[in-house]
Amino acid sequence: MSATFVGMPAFPTAARAALADTQLRHNLTHATHTIRDKRARVVAELPEWEELRTAGAATKDRALLTLDEQLVRLEESLTSRGAVVHWARDADEACRIVADVAQAHGVDEVVKVKSMATQEIGLNEALAAEGIAAWETDLAELIVQLGDDLPSHILVPAIHRNRAEIREIFRRRMAASGRPAPDDLTDDPGELANAARLHLREKFLRARVGVSGANFAVAETGTLVVVESEGNGRMCLTLPEVLISVVGIEKVVPTWRDLDVLLRLLPRSSTGERMNPYTSMWHGVTPGDGPQEVHVVLLDNGRSHALADQVGRQALRCIRCSACLNVCPVYERVGGHAYGSVYPGPIGAILNPLLKGVGSDPQVDSLPYASSLCGACYEVCPVKIDIPSVLVDLRAQVVDAHRDRRVPKPEAVSMRAAAWTLSDSRRLARAERISGRAGRWLTRLAGLPGPGRRWTSARDLPAPPRESFRAWWLRTRRRGSRS
Amino acid sequence: MSAREEILGRVRAALADGPEVPTAAVPRRTPDGSVDVVTLFCERVADYRASVERCSAAELPERLRAAVAGERVVVPTDLDLDVPGSVVDDALSTDVLSAAELDALDAVVTRARLGIAETGTIVLDHGPGQGRRAITLVPDHHVCVVDASQVVADVPDAFDALDASRPLTWISGPSATSDIELDRVEGVHGPRHLHVIVVT
Repeated sequence: MSATFVGMPAFPTAARAALADTQLRHNLTHATHTIRDKRARVVAELPEWEELRTAGAATKDRALLTLDEQLVRLEESLTSRGAVVHWARDADEACRIVADVAQAHGVDEVVKVKSMATQEIGLNEALAAEGIAAWETDLAELIVQLGDDLPSHILVPAIHRNRAEIREIFRRRMAASGRPAPDDLTDDPGELANAARLHLREKFLRARVGVSGANFAVAETGTLVVVESEGNGRMCLTLPEVLISVVGIEKVVPTWRDLDVLLRLLPRSSTGERMNPYTSMWHGVTPGDGPQEVHVVLLDNGRSHALADQVGRQALRCIRCSACLNVCPVYERVGGHAYGSVYPGPIGAILNPLLKGVGSDPQVDSLPYASSLCGACYEVCPVKIDIPSVLVDLRAQVVDAHRDRRVPKPEAVSMRAAAWTLSDSRRLARAERISGRAGRWLTRLAGLPGPGRRWTSARDLPAPPRESFRAWWLRTRRRGSRS
Repeated sequence: MSAREEILGRVRAALADGPEVPTAAVPRRTPDGSVDVVTLFCERVADYRASVERCSAAELPERLRAAVAGERVVVPTDLDLDVPGSVVDDALSTDVLSAAELDALDAVVTRARLGIAETGTIVLDHGPGQGRRAITLVPDHHVCVVDASQVVADVPDAFDALDASRPLTWISGPSATSDIELDRVEGVHGPRHLHVIVVT
C-alpha cells in the first residue's frame, strides 16, 4: 500500500468531499444496513447479552487497570513457551524490530494477517523502504493494497468498494504482484474470492516469515488469539518458519478463562455470526507444529497516554469489532476515509485523540466533533465504551488546549460576548428586545453574516422569537393579577 | 532506559490515580432440558453451509469411504479410523509433508477435541487423531468425525473442558468471507468444504 493517511485534511473538509460521492454513499448504506441487521438477529438469540457486555467491560478493565502487572506476566509466560518478547515505545521502534527479524532471515517478502496494529504503525511502508514486500492476505486488505487505496472500515477495509470496482482492481493489478486474475473473471463475489485464493496460494506456500497482530493476549498462559474468517490467518500463523506478532499492550487479558466472555461477544458484534469461521490460539513455539521461531512485539505507541486519561481510558477496552461504525449515522454517510486514520468511525473519533493527544494537529482536534452524540455506538458496544461521554470530554480538552491563543477563535469571542450578556438581567433584556424586533420581520434566517457564516453554513438557524419568555411572563402575569 | 522499563514506567504513571478494579459475574445459561445438544449442534453446523450427517459407529467406515470417494486423502499418524489409500502425516518424523505436498492432496480426515452446540463450532487441540495444524488447513476438504459424547452445550462448557496449554483451532463452518459488500461467500483460503460426521 503506497497510499497513506499522512496530511489528510480535518474532518469537515474531508467529509464534504465524501458526501458528494454518491457511489460511495450507496455502497456504504447497503453494507452497513446488511451487517446491522445480521448483528441484531444473532444478539437477540442470547438473553444474557447485557450481562455479557457488563462482564466483557469488567474483564478488559481488570486487565487495563493492572496493566503493568499483566504485561510482566505475559512476558514471562511467552518467554517460558519459547517466544522472544520485544517492547516498542512507538511505531518506528516496532517497525525497526520487525524489519530486523525479517532481514536476519534474508527474506524479501512476508505474508500478513489483517492487523490494525501493523496498519497503525505503517509497517508495510516501513518494510517496503527496506526492500521487503509485505503481502496483505485478507481479501479486503488485498483489495485495498492492490488498489493503492486506504482502509475505510476496521473489519472490512474495502467496504467503500462494490463488486464491479473490485473486479476492475483485480483484473488490472493482480498481475503486477503475482498470479494474474482469470481472464473470464466476473463480478460474482464467489468468483472474486476464488481469484484471491489462487493469487495468494503461491505466496502462502513459499513464505518463510509471517506477520500478525493478535485479538487477545493472555497473561496467565502466554496464549495469543487471532479471530478470522477466510483461513488466511491460519495460513500465516501455521505455514511460515518464523512468526512475528505485533500486539498492542491493551490486548492483554489476565486469564485464559477471560477468553470465554470475549469470544461470545466479538463474533456476534463484528460479523453478525454466532462464531467466526476460524479462531487460532497458540503459545510461543509448538514442537513439530507451525513456526519454530516466534517473536512478539509489545507496542505502546500512545496507549499509555490514553490510559492516563481517566475518562478516555475506557476506549482501550475496544476489541475492534466495528459495530459502532456500522450503526453510526455519520459514518454511514461519510465513510471511513474522512476520519483520516486507520481507526475510523465513533471509536476512531475518540481513539485517535487519546493516542495522539489534542492541541497540536487540527485533523485530530476535529475528530471529537465528528458525531451527533446520538449514542447508538454506546448501545451496540460489546464492552460498553461510553463513546458519547468520551467525545464530550475530548471536546472540552480540545477547547482547553486552545485557551492561550493570542488571537481567540470566533467561537471563543462569541461565547465571551454571550457570557457578558447573560450575566446581567438588564443587558439580557436589551438583547431580547433587539432580537424580538428582528423576529417580527424574519420567519427564518438564511445564515449569519461575516465570520458567523461558517457556523450557519452547516446548521439551520431558527428565527429569534418575537417575544422573550421574560417579556411574556411579565405581560401575562400582570393581566392575571388584574382579574 | 530500555523500552521495556520506559513503557512499564509510563503505564504505572498513567494508573497513579489508583482506579478501583471492577468485578462482574460471567453469565452462564442453565441448560435447557428440552433441547438435545447433539441435534442443535448438527443444525448450527449446517447453518454455516457445512455438510453434516449422523451415523452409528458401525456405519462410520462406510460413511467415511463415501465422504472421500475419489479423493487423495491425508490423515494424522495416530488416527484410529480406517481410511483406505490415505497418506499418513507424521509431524515429528523427518520426512514430514511440505506445504506444497499437502496442497497436492484433496482431503483430510481427523477427529476433534469437542463440539459446541450453541455456536456450531468444532474445536481441535491437535492431540490424538487431529494432527498438526497445517493438515486441516491446506487440503480443500476437511472431514471431521465428532463423537456425540464430545458435544458440549455452550462456549463456557468448552472452556471447562479444553487444555489451555495446547494450540487450539476453532472451526465454525467452511472458510468464508464477507469482504465484498458484506455478503457472505463460503470458500476462500481454508478448506472450502467442511464435512462433519457425528457418531451417535
